[in-house]
Amino acid sequence: MAAWFTKNRTTLAIGLAVLVAAYVFYYAKHDIAPSMYGAAWGYAIPLVLAALVGVIGERSGVVNIGIEGQMLLAAFAGFFGAAYSGSMIVGILAGVGTGLIAGGFLALTTVRWRMDQIIAGVVLNIIATGITSFYLKSGEILPGVIPNVDVPYLSEIPLLGETFFGGRSAIALVAIAAAVIVHLALFHTRWGLRTRAAGEYPSAADTAGINVERLRIVNVTIAGSLAGLAGLYLSMDASASFERGITAGRGFLALAIMIMGAWRPLRALVMALFFGFINAVASQLQQTGGFNVPPQLTGTLPYVATLIVLAVAAGRVRGPAAAGQPYVKKDQ
Amino acid sequence: MSEQTPGVPDVHADPQAAVDAHLDTSEEHLAALVTNEAILELPPEQSGFGAGNVGEVLLDIEGLSKAFGPVKANRDISLTVRRGEIVALLGENGAGKSTLVNQIFGLITPDSGTVTIKGDATAIKDPRDAIARGIGMVHQHFQLVPVMTVAENMVLGHETTRGAGILDLDAARRMVRELSAKHGLAVDPDTEVEDLPVGTQQRVEILKALSRKVDLLILDEPTAVLTPQETDELLAVMKELANSGTSIVFITHKLREVLAVADRVYVLRQGGVVGEVATRDTDARGLATMMVGREVVLSIDKTAATPGETVLEVEDLHVRDDRGLQAVNGFSLSVRAGEIVGVAGVEGNGQRELVEALAGMRKVESGRMALGSLDLTRANPHQTHHAGVGHVPEDREKHGLVGAYSIADNLVLNEFDQAPYAKSGVRQFDAVRANAEKLRDEFDIRSSGVMQSAGSLSGGNKQKVVVAREMSFKPKLLMAAQPTRGVDVGSIEFIHRRIVEARDEGAAVLLVSAELDEILSLSDRIAVVHGGAVVAEMDAKDADRTEIGRLMAGDH
Repeated sequence: MAAWFTKNRTTLAIGLAVLVAAYVFYYAKHDIAPSMYGAAWGYAIPLVLAALVGVIGERSGVVNIGIEGQMLLAAFAGFFGAAYSGSMIVGILAGVGTGLIAGGFLALTTVRWRMDQIIAGVVLNIIATGITSFYLKSGEILPGVIPNVDVPYLSEIPLLGETFFGGRSAIALVAIAAAVIVHLALFHTRWGLRTRAAGEYPSAADTAGINVERLRIVNVTIAGSLAGLAGLYLSMDASASFERGITAGRGFLALAIMIMGAWRPLRALVMALFFGFINAVASQLQQTGGFNVPPQLTGTLPYVATLIVLAVAAGRVRGPAAAGQPYVKKDQ
Repeated sequence: MSEQTPGVPDVHADPQAAVDAHLDTSEEHLAALVTNEAILELPPEQSGFGAGNVGEVLLDIEGLSKAFGPVKANRDISLTVRRGEIVALLGENGAGKSTLVNQIFGLITPDSGTVTIKGDATAIKDPRDAIARGIGMVHQHFQLVPVMTVAENMVLGHETTRGAGILDLDAARRMVRELSAKHGLAVDPDTEVEDLPVGTQQRVEILKALSRKVDLLILDEPTAVLTPQETDELLAVMKELANSGTSIVFITHKLREVLAVADRVYVLRQGGVVGEVATRDTDARGLATMMVGREVVLSIDKTAATPGETVLEVEDLHVRDDRGLQAVNGFSLSVRAGEIVGVAGVEGNGQRELVEALAGMRKVESGRMALGSLDLTRANPHQTHHAGVGHVPEDREKHGLVGAYSIADNLVLNEFDQAPYAKSGVRQFDAVRANAEKLRDEFDIRSSGVMQSAGSLSGGNKQKVVVAREMSFKPKLLMAAQPTRGVDVGSIEFIHRRIVEARDEGAAVLLVSAELDEILSLSDRIAVVHGGAVVAEMDAKDADRTEIGRLMAGDH
């Protein structure tokens, strides 16, 4: 335990400082702070889920640039599935299922047939844009809502509890749980050890008797369900409507968040929150209009922040060594 | 084992019987044991076999063949390994040793032939299958995940868990400590592998293999990265393992190691087994002869050399290889105009690094090399070329040609920006083409035209393109590294003739080759290298191939 504290002291120190600052701001500006935190988390939810898709993929050795397309397809399938069937459950299953299928597509093309991973991702994105624009129908409405959950006791904690557990969508709770579970799975289970080995040095995994190809296919496919959840959160929860290009680049942002989070699920969660908060600050600046800044400029704030963080992070964090490389056995 | 088994003395009842059993090496006794199933059940120390004596056949390979495209990596290989035996696979690089052991470990599927392990002849599907059948392998390129700890690497693939797939790294650490104590190989379970020196990484690899139940341990060039002290330690561990009943197959091209630990040696050449011998029946000289072989010497008509003034002067050169190890270690040699000096040596004794340094492709650590009065120690490839050094590189695909470019472009690769091939920075395609047409005829490059891409040519014709380019500018020094590797017989003859012609026109020629026949038939003078330095220099007419083989093997 002591060793763990020593090893993570920088992370812990930064985390504590941020937490203190967050509480100071919370009590000092109690009129706007709670809503800003709420908005930040609301913006971060799909990013957390999507970043986890990226983390699982790259940790197993597959670069997933098609998260955007996976989300878009799932948002589409979820929304219209629910609208036509008249059941939210059917919509959710359709969304998650579509995410799985899109993940399976990416897994098979890149791992089994060794298509270039970037190209396969781009293809997925283009297909998603095409399908969702072509079959789009306006005027459909959802038969219900995804329930909000008020976690007893936890939701009464100031700031943290309010933001994360006070009347939040069920998907938000799933996102937190997913980040924790993926973290534990990656670093404390047999699956995680094998997955990381496949992403770092696949031939070592192979010679240890691990089926690298199968592991990668399964991981990328299963991760697709999280992309599905991220997508249907956008069309069925955050907005209750499907619009053309509803994902608005969040799938790519998620990849940036994955890198900022050093390919670690919990850090990705924190980075998504950071990004959401910058976004909330930007919209707050627009609303209050205290500064004479054009809204187009304040709107770029999150992206500028991302660039800065990525520039600082570059060279400090190191991704899985074999991400992006198909694994070819010796005699093939 | 309470039941008495015929043919095996009751070792529990009488300690002396155990000693007798241990020492009984009469043929009848061994034959009886080998055919006796019960022997499999006995712990090795009671099996009647001990130091130097070996048990039943553990691995039996019959007629194994494997081809990669047109290259026959393994041709009809048969070999056996018995329990507790150390078998060495000896041969030059490219002789097919690694291909062979990779087939035993299930990494490569044989084209034909059978691998029988403990009487089970079903094909080995993959490494998992091989591991399950008691085969462990220490790979030449360590199969360790650099960012993981020793303990994590150790259990990868057969993880210790607390149930439900939850890792139990404490158990893994205990396992590392136990194995490490048992085999006397010290490692810290919590260090990340990338922070360990190579020697220690190899210990981890060995322990990793031993962490499973291993009957046969394969070591692919285990000593290539080790210091002499580490090598000695490893050899001791190998003997220890063999004494406790583990069979070992190890690949090497170092005769000393073979003679030090192996019971038997298989010598491989060009994918086939050319000899099998018990180490007690042979010595370094005998092994060297087998390794180098006695092929038909390609005869080349050449007149006696008429050497002129010294062209290349190399003094006490030190160069490191890619791993940072000292590859060229105090190399000194001079080559005069109008003579061919052949550098003979087992591959991996610094020849590649030497040639790369001379060509300006590799940094020289210390020492000096000069072309006439021109110091080339710090020169880059551009400068060495313009100083008059022609370089036929060892790896023509990587350093000799741009496969996607046309033959014509490849023929002007180092002069394309100069007149007549370029004027004021604009390329002159007519001149490039005319040059190509001329060289194509002169060097007999068989192609559909000079605009054909170089990558689509056969090995021999590719090499002719490289040779044509490097010889057409009349270099003062021609360096040819493995000039006929992977080249058909017709092209070999042609290239050999051109090299002799270059000499007759007054060029100094430095020939580096792993083919002793090539060295013997072309050279006027021979320098034998071992460990990155010249260990002997002789006139080609006084050269004795057995003597050279012995020197190459480091016996001097």
